[in-house]
Amino acid sequence: MHEMKPLQAVGLYHPENEHDACGVAFVAKLTEGADHGVVDRALYALENLEHRGAAGADPTTGDGAGILIQLPDAFLREAAEVELPPLGRYGVGMCFLPHEQARHDELVELIEGVVAREGQRVLGWRDVPVDDRHVGVVAGKAAPRIRQVLIGAAGELADEGAFERKLYVIRRLIEKAAGADLAIPSLSARTVVYKGMLTAPQMSGYFPDLKDPRFATRLALVHSRFSTNTFPSWELAHPYRMIAHNGEINTLRGNVNWMRARESQLASELFGDDLQKLMPVVRQGGSDSATFDNVLELLTLAGRPIAHAVMMMVPEAYRDRTDLPPAVRGFYDYHSCAMEPWDGPAVVAFTDGRQVGATLDRNGLRPGRWVQTADGYVVLASETGVVKAAPSEIVRKGRLQPGKVFLVDLEQGRIVEDEEVKAQVAGQRPYGEWYAERVVHLDDLPERAPRAPRVEPLRSKQLAFGYSQEDLRMVIAPMAANGEEPTASMGNDAALAVLSDRQPPLFAYFKQLFAQVTNPPIDPLRESIVMSLATSVGGEVNLLTESPAHAHQLFMRQPILRNHELEKLRQVSHDVFHAATIDLTWPIELGAEGMEWRVEAICAEASAWIERGANILILSDRNLGPERVAIPSLLAVAAVHHHLVRAGTRLRCGLVIETGEPREIHHMATLIGYGAAAINPYLMFESLDELADRGLLPVDLDRETAEQRIVKAIGKGLLKTFSKMGISTIQSYCGAQIFEAVGLAPELVEQHFTGTASRIGGIGIDVLAKEALERHFRAYPRTGREVLPVGGVLQWRRDGELHIWNPDTVALLQHSVRSQNGEGLQTYRDFSRAVNDDAARKASLRGLMRLKTLSEPIPLEEVESAEEIVKRFSTGAMSLGAISRESHEALAVAMNRLGAKSNTGEGGEDPARFGDERRSSIKQIASGRFGVTPHYLVNADRLQIKMAQGAKPGEGGQLPGHKVDDYIAWLRNSTPGVGLISPPPHHDIYSIEDLKQLIYDLRCSNPRAEVSVKLVAEVGVGTVAAGVAKANADHVVISGHDGGTGASPQSSIQAAGIPWEIGLAETQQTLLLNDLRSRITVEADGQMKTGRDVVIAALLGADEVGFSTAPLIAMGCIMMRVCHLNTCPVGVATQDPVLRRRFQGTPEHVVKYLFFVAEEARELMAALGVRTYEELIGRTDLLELDEAIEHWKARGVDLSSVFAMPEVADGAPRHRTRAPDPVLDDALDWELLRQAGEALERRKPTRIATRVRNVNRTVGGLLSSEIARRFGPEGLPEGTIEVALTGSAGQSFGAWLMPGVTFTLAGETNDYAGKGLAGGIVTVHPPADAGFAAEENVIVGNTVLYGATGGRAFFRGLAGERFAVRNSGAHAVVEGVGDHGCEYMTGGRVVVLGPTGRNFGAGMSGGIAYVYDERGDFAGRCNTELVELEELSEHDEAECKDLIAEHAARTGSPVAQRMLDGWDACVGRFVKVMPRDYKRALAERAAAAAAQHSAEPAGA
Amino acid sequence: MGQLGGFLKIHRVGFDKRDPRARVGDYAQYFGLQPEEELRRQGARCMDCGVPFCHEGCPLGNLIPDWNDLVYRGKWHDASVQLHATNNFPEFTGRICPAPCESACVLAINDEAVTIEQVELAIAERAFGEGWVVPEPPDRRTGKTVGVIGSGPAGLAVAAELNKSGHTVTVYERDEGPGGLMRFGVPDAKLPKTVIDRRVALLEAEGVRFEYGVDVGAEVSVAELRERHDALVVAIGSRVHRDVEVEGRELSGIHFAMDYLYQRNRFVAAQEGRPSRAPEPGSEIVAAGKRVVVIGGGDTGMDCISNANREGASRAIILDVYQELDRSGRDERTPWPLPPKRTLTTYALEEGGRRWWSSEVTGFSGEGGRVTQVHARRVTGTSSRDLTPVPGSEFAVAADLVLIAIGFSGPEHAGAIEQLGLELDPRGNVRTRQTYRTSAPGVYACGDARVGQSLVVTAIAEGRRCARIVNKDLGGSPMDADREQLAIGAWSGVEDHTLRHEAEAAGSVRLGDDFFSGPGGPIKDAR
Repeated sequence: MHEMKPLQAVGLYHPENEHDACGVAFVAKLTEGADHGVVDRALYALENLEHRGAAGADPTTGDGAGILIQLPDAFLREAAEVELPPLGRYGVGMCFLPHEQARHDELVELIEGVVAREGQRVLGWRDVPVDDRHVGVVAGKAAPRIRQVLIGAAGELADEGAFERKLYVIRRLIEKAAGADLAIPSLSARTVVYKGMLTAPQMSGYFPDLKDPRFATRLALVHSRFSTNTFPSWELAHPYRMIAHNGEINTLRGNVNWMRARESQLASELFGDDLQKLMPVVRQGGSDSATFDNVLELLTLAGRPIAHAVMMMVPEAYRDRTDLPPAVRGFYDYHSCAMEPWDGPAVVAFTDGRQVGATLDRNGLRPGRWVQTADGYVVLASETGVVKAAPSEIVRKGRLQPGKVFLVDLEQGRIVEDEEVKAQVAGQRPYGEWYAERVVHLDDLPERAPRAPRVEPLRSKQLAFGYSQEDLRMVIAPMAANGEEPTASMGNDAALAVLSDRQPPLFAYFKQLFAQVTNPPIDPLRESIVMSLATSVGGEVNLLTESPAHAHQLFMRQPILRNHELEKLRQVSHDVFHAATIDLTWPIELGAEGMEWRVEAICAEASAWIERGANILILSDRNLGPERVAIPSLLAVAAVHHHLVRAGTRLRCGLVIETGEPREIHHMATLIGYGAAAINPYLMFESLDELADRGLLPVDLDRETAEQRIVKAIGKGLLKTFSKMGISTIQSYCGAQIFEAVGLAPELVEQHFTGTASRIGGIGIDVLAKEALERHFRAYPRTGREVLPVGGVLQWRRDGELHIWNPDTVALLQHSVRSQNGEGLQTYRDFSRAVNDDAARKASLRGLMRLKTLSEPIPLEEVESAEEIVKRFSTGAMSLGAISRESHEALAVAMNRLGAKSNTGEGGEDPARFGDERRSSIKQIASGRFGVTPHYLVNADRLQIKMAQGAKPGEGGQLPGHKVDDYIAWLRNSTPGVGLISPPPHHDIYSIEDLKQLIYDLRCSNPRAEVSVKLVAEVGVGTVAAGVAKANADHVVISGHDGGTGASPQSSIQAAGIPWEIGLAETQQTLLLNDLRSRITVEADGQMKTGRDVVIAALLGADEVGFSTAPLIAMGCIMMRVCHLNTCPVGVATQDPVLRRRFQGTPEHVVKYLFFVAEEARELMAALGVRTYEELIGRTDLLELDEAIEHWKARGVDLSSVFAMPEVADGAPRHRTRAPDPVLDDALDWELLRQAGEALERRKPTRIATRVRNVNRTVGGLLSSEIARRFGPEGLPEGTIEVALTGSAGQSFGAWLMPGVTFTLAGETNDYAGKGLAGGIVTVHPPADAGFAAEENVIVGNTVLYGATGGRAFFRGLAGERFAVRNSGAHAVVEGVGDHGCEYMTGGRVVVLGPTGRNFGAGMSGGIAYVYDERGDFAGRCNTELVELEELSEHDEAECKDLIAEHAARTGSPVAQRMLDGWDACVGRFVKVMPRDYKRALAERAAAAAAQHSAEPAGA
Repeated sequence: MGQLGGFLKIHRVGFDKRDPRARVGDYAQYFGLQPEEELRRQGARCMDCGVPFCHEGCPLGNLIPDWNDLVYRGKWHDASVQLHATNNFPEFTGRICPAPCESACVLAINDEAVTIEQVELAIAERAFGEGWVVPEPPDRRTGKTVGVIGSGPAGLAVAAELNKSGHTVTVYERDEGPGGLMRFGVPDAKLPKTVIDRRVALLEAEGVRFEYGVDVGAEVSVAELRERHDALVVAIGSRVHRDVEVEGRELSGIHFAMDYLYQRNRFVAAQEGRPSRAPEPGSEIVAAGKRVVVIGGGDTGMDCISNANREGASRAIILDVYQELDRSGRDERTPWPLPPKRTLTTYALEEGGRRWWSSEVTGFSGEGGRVTQVHARRVTGTSSRDLTPVPGSEFAVAADLVLIAIGFSGPEHAGAIEQLGLELDPRGNVRTRQTYRTSAPGVYACGDARVGQSLVVTAIAEGRRCARIVNKDLGGSPMDADREQLAIGAWSGVEDHTLRHEAEAAGSVRLGDDFFSGPGGPIKDAR
């Protein structure tokens, strides 16, 4: 049955959370004349990208595939049974209609009616033939009736452009009138789109049109989709009307809001009155790709060239770039006043039917490779190797680069280079001059005397805004002293804001969203080149026109204004800028109701000011005093923002907030996220004198410097916050609402935080007002009090915020496991009662739940034994490094004795432990890949990919140098004393299909292990988990926001992620809806403490439960929260040998504790009448909201969506019942293993030759796994197995390659070549008959040698971005690299013989790179924060030359040979890139060795 | 807070104790504070715990990490404010508290605790020395009056707090001076009585009235007091002695320890010229030249030894029924962070005398009606419930004076309790069900009378909490924006606030209309 309605929200599942990522390609024919070969080539490419797509529970149903081509005029003339006007005078509308005849007829009538009313005529209809044999079962049931409507142009339309615009108007009118059961994938006189819920190979079978030789075009855009869902949706397949997209638009919410705000100001001569018919431009509920398509379509049809529109929407990183032409920078500056970037990791392939191109976002996080063949075709695709062409037929090849546009102009029949495109677009108008003339810099405005501010005592203000001593001492003082947000550790066990009696600020109800799997977070420090804090205020004008006035913006370098800067704004005297200040306080006489009244009044005032011409609105709570109460600043900003968006006047002004309330990074982030362009947090500044008086600041710190440091700290913190979501610029973060509300009433969210996810209800504006008054009453009447409340949020205090870990619960747990007599269980019961009945009830969502117990429990003996239940437990990933060796091993031993699993965390494991009970059965693979070797991987039962961590999702990690002792450094392949950085993203996971690839890599590395993916709860985690299931994982972890950490920024611990209860329930519901639940194990973790926690997790859908903090506490942790300082006084989380000796924990402590937990769970199971754990899973019907909870604020909480049970077929499994489908069957490695039999049995040297294609992925992985299993880390002697390959290798070529294996490839590779290289040798060179110069063409893709620990690699040609990222031991030679070369490298050698991109050596703390700097300009592209550039020493020269010689020998590189031949002449051009820390550590070692040497008796 | 890693570099240096041989010759305080430099170093040992167990271990919830840090940074005044926010009488607890905070200190798990009590005393004395502790009478009176029976630490605390709220408080004390057992039980060597007088003078200056020598129930009837006051607080302590019921108990020369200590303290007071009652002729208890045996090894027992040493007893022995403790002073029943049940050694034994462990008294014998021997036997076991005699271990100790120091069983029922007809709990304490409200309307109880014998710090905490309830029942006070709650963060939750709008023009300059302005001037009628 046909069903095309967008899926409805069910329970916690919401279709808006769907993600997709995919394979994308286009083919263009440079020579005149359409031909069918373009379609053939495109479909061939698509089929070879098939492994990037995915299928759901029904393997025959794809997530979607499609093709966009030019109108096949000749074909249509014959196939359509109507007389067609000349090309350009008719349009084709691809329509997805319902099968039901009556409705179909209605819609047809509607379409024809609109066409007629718009003055065009319907020429006729063509039923698009389809072949049902080529569609999956599920997809087939949902297939629409596909028909093409043929529309003829009316005579009066001037040109083809006008006709195209009219078709656009017609389509929008139909879409708005029709509803969800009609979709029009394309309606154009230039292009047509065929697409459906198909797999790539099904395309040409399903649409016989595609095979027709007359079906000809000069361009084709194809796409194969990997979606997180499996719900039937034909419409969501790509391409859209102008684009096919691979990636994510993170800032979508904001972009949509801003577009909506712009609509009232749109005007276009070209559209004239028709423009109104298009509104809203952005179709409600569209995906990010669809929305992007909508806006691109508007911009192009309104007259901008497509390349221009794309550059506006996806600008490259241009600020502070000296290498860009001034006109191009001027273009970007100018357009930044008109539109915020659509930010996210994206490849957008676009076409208007005449030009076809692709662009990559500023970060360059998606792959794109292209080739031009001798017969005049250009093929661009997500992977190389998707073209049938002999090497000799290839003229050029290359890759998409960050921020660059790759364009093929069909009319000119050539590729237009990025520089040329941009110069041409930027040269259309004097954008740079317009910008320079009109933009006003805040710094240039004259200083103003402050308008007499209200004089209120500091203390009164601090009290009224809810300041605590903790805020002063632990938040503001460190920022002022160090210019950085403070670091903290352990998890967040404090009460949720909605349960807190301590009047938490409104900010605390908002939880930051973050990137996981479907898009990568960014490292704002190491990749600062893409980040920007620049912001502006002013009024925007019509987006569809261009004039100097568009550049009238008031520019600020960053968004935190000091008092004098705000004053400049307030009193701006300028012909364009006019500021108005609005009072955010209300008179106390009005009581609590006064706040809502005042909020409405503020909105009205804002509108009134705009009418009067104000374009800078300053919202100010400076008027706070005894008789006036301040509205929460966030409420004020969001209320005004949404009010103005609704009124259509939002873009006529910029919002600035002057407020005493915010004091943490998260506070600032929320204000900006809800629309503030700039913030003046005046009370932070005013509190500085007090801090100085109290001795909390360095004595020599003056007020001026302290203020500057606060501004700097907030700026850095903000970058960190939006980089978590993969957003690079404040301009696109502003208004993007990257938050989920936890505990706010739906009405409040709908009205003032419109569009924010909020799923459990909560408090309304009345409670906010009441709490504002309570804060106020702490300040007034004034009593001359000298002390602020202590706080108690970051550190426990008796009367401060409630924490579940408090002196009582910590002590009871420790006493229970230490009790020598039989009182342990009794003490544990006291513990669990204290947690379950008291602390959790007042702090957590599960505390609000009630178990529906039976009046008569079943006998306890009938319940599954504790021995069985504990097998479902695991410990969280705590690395050796974060915690001490003693505690790490004790945990492992305990879990092994229980038959449960310990998790080694990120940082490797001592091989000595692999054979005994200290072995961790879960081995983690995190972004740093520390200690991840084949030997490590092969010794695991479960391999866990850490996508995010509960304490700090979206962030990387850092192990400070003082925790890296000899042992840790040995395990991590690094240098003792040198700090280690784990990047925020896995550089091989920028999307769901990348994750699928890493899972495949790991399966190769250890086919016997399960693969797990660790996620953190946030809105949409369920759909990500569904994607994980489809990516072939066995296991997924849903972590709560409250998980622990060894070190992370304070605001991350507090403000990112949501409770696991919601995330787990969403996961369970989404997996059930997708029929994926049976093939994946679900684990929940995050502050698990008691048997009740375990039972609730099971009821909400968890097969397994993870514990971290509680087992540490059982072993002696007392929640010092100083893990990051290395001073743990009980030896748990320290590497200090003196402190480690204090560790008193034993495995028995953990064993006892977990048995107590299991026993408690059994008792609860008996009370529920459930005999086995398995039967508990997903039984949300046994849970209800506890009506007995009397907490006044909790009354609005509604957990029905958490308890919702999706309607699924009877008997559909609610827990895991089977393994995922095997994926390794067709691996090329089976053949290698067969041929290498004797080498593996008897170490006999073996030669193998084979062909390889891009569908052969992770070649060498299984072979290496077998070697590691048999021979351990040393592998085989070099050269034992030599494999000669030819062709285009798929991703992860040579991954994990072990010593003894040599791969020599004549051809090229895709991304991730040499991933985790562990001692093998990888060589890639072009085939002998290649028609191009190797050194000018790309031979390996992005992210080569990621996490390599040893071995050698030689690449004759260019590599992409992030060459040798996180390399810790491999030696490599390459002839040129893209941006971010040698990023985060900690060891090994890299020789670059050719060009380098920007940001070389960022985060590089070890190893050495030798870069051939032919033009002497390398220094400008090197990130010298951690490295120094030096001349080569003699020893270096020799090392470098040896590697080049080997490169020449192995690859036949003429470049290398020339260098060797003229070595003396070129050696001077080599630059040595030397990490400073590494150099220092080496020097210290040498000194120590010398000292030891000299201490030995002379002559001995 | 504190100094990062300070605990690894700095060793604990406790109170500066005087030489035992010298101090036994006088009644002056036997210990002093380390110099400021050292005190600040000691503050630096504080580890800034994420969960400060000391703060929980303290019945008052003293903000220990916070003021340790302030002392480390030399911010004595801030420290004083923070300390007084939770503790009315830090100069008492800084001297005679057994410091459960230090037992709970995280450093005490495997190292020596921070010398918290010393830091507390240092702050308190610094505050007095600097003149920061001045009377702070309430600026308004509620017109309500409260009578407090008993001037021990609980009575003083409840009086101080209620007075702060503006109620008029009268404290009735049957003895001749304030302080209860602090004055008459605790030797001056531990707590010079001037310390109590200094504090009471402040309370008087703040408006608390004290009536001494008034035995409620005898000199004045309870009915009369109820007539006189809007509320009555019973803070009479737990003063019924426990006794050893063995053969020979009737012999003379066997006394309750407290009777001895009262006399000794009055003796010192008289010597120093303070008013004091002399013992009834013939009832003098003298240790000079005698063989003294003290039964019970707690604080009271030690105080007896201390006095006996100073009097010049020929020998002093404590018979302690419990086993010898290991060095940590802990047994399995009281793991960290619980306070150990017993102390390992005390100041008194440093000055002379011995403790015999595991010794249970079985009887007394004497000559001429006077005690000459104490009979005892060895026992094993760790608590009073599981003591087992060791067969054949009987022995006798020669004694001229026996002092029984095995604690108190509960408050005296005769007098106030009986006259008020208060309900009692099974242990004989006044029953209040957590609310401090007794079975008699308008009558409250706190301190040892309510919870049984306990610590000074507990008594102060009791008094403070009781005052909150009394205040609430009296209809509150205009000053309820309560400095203590603010200081410790015990922010009022959901109580209904009456909207208090005060036009506090002084010190508050309102913003003019020109501030909230924009193009074309202010919007009329806005705000």
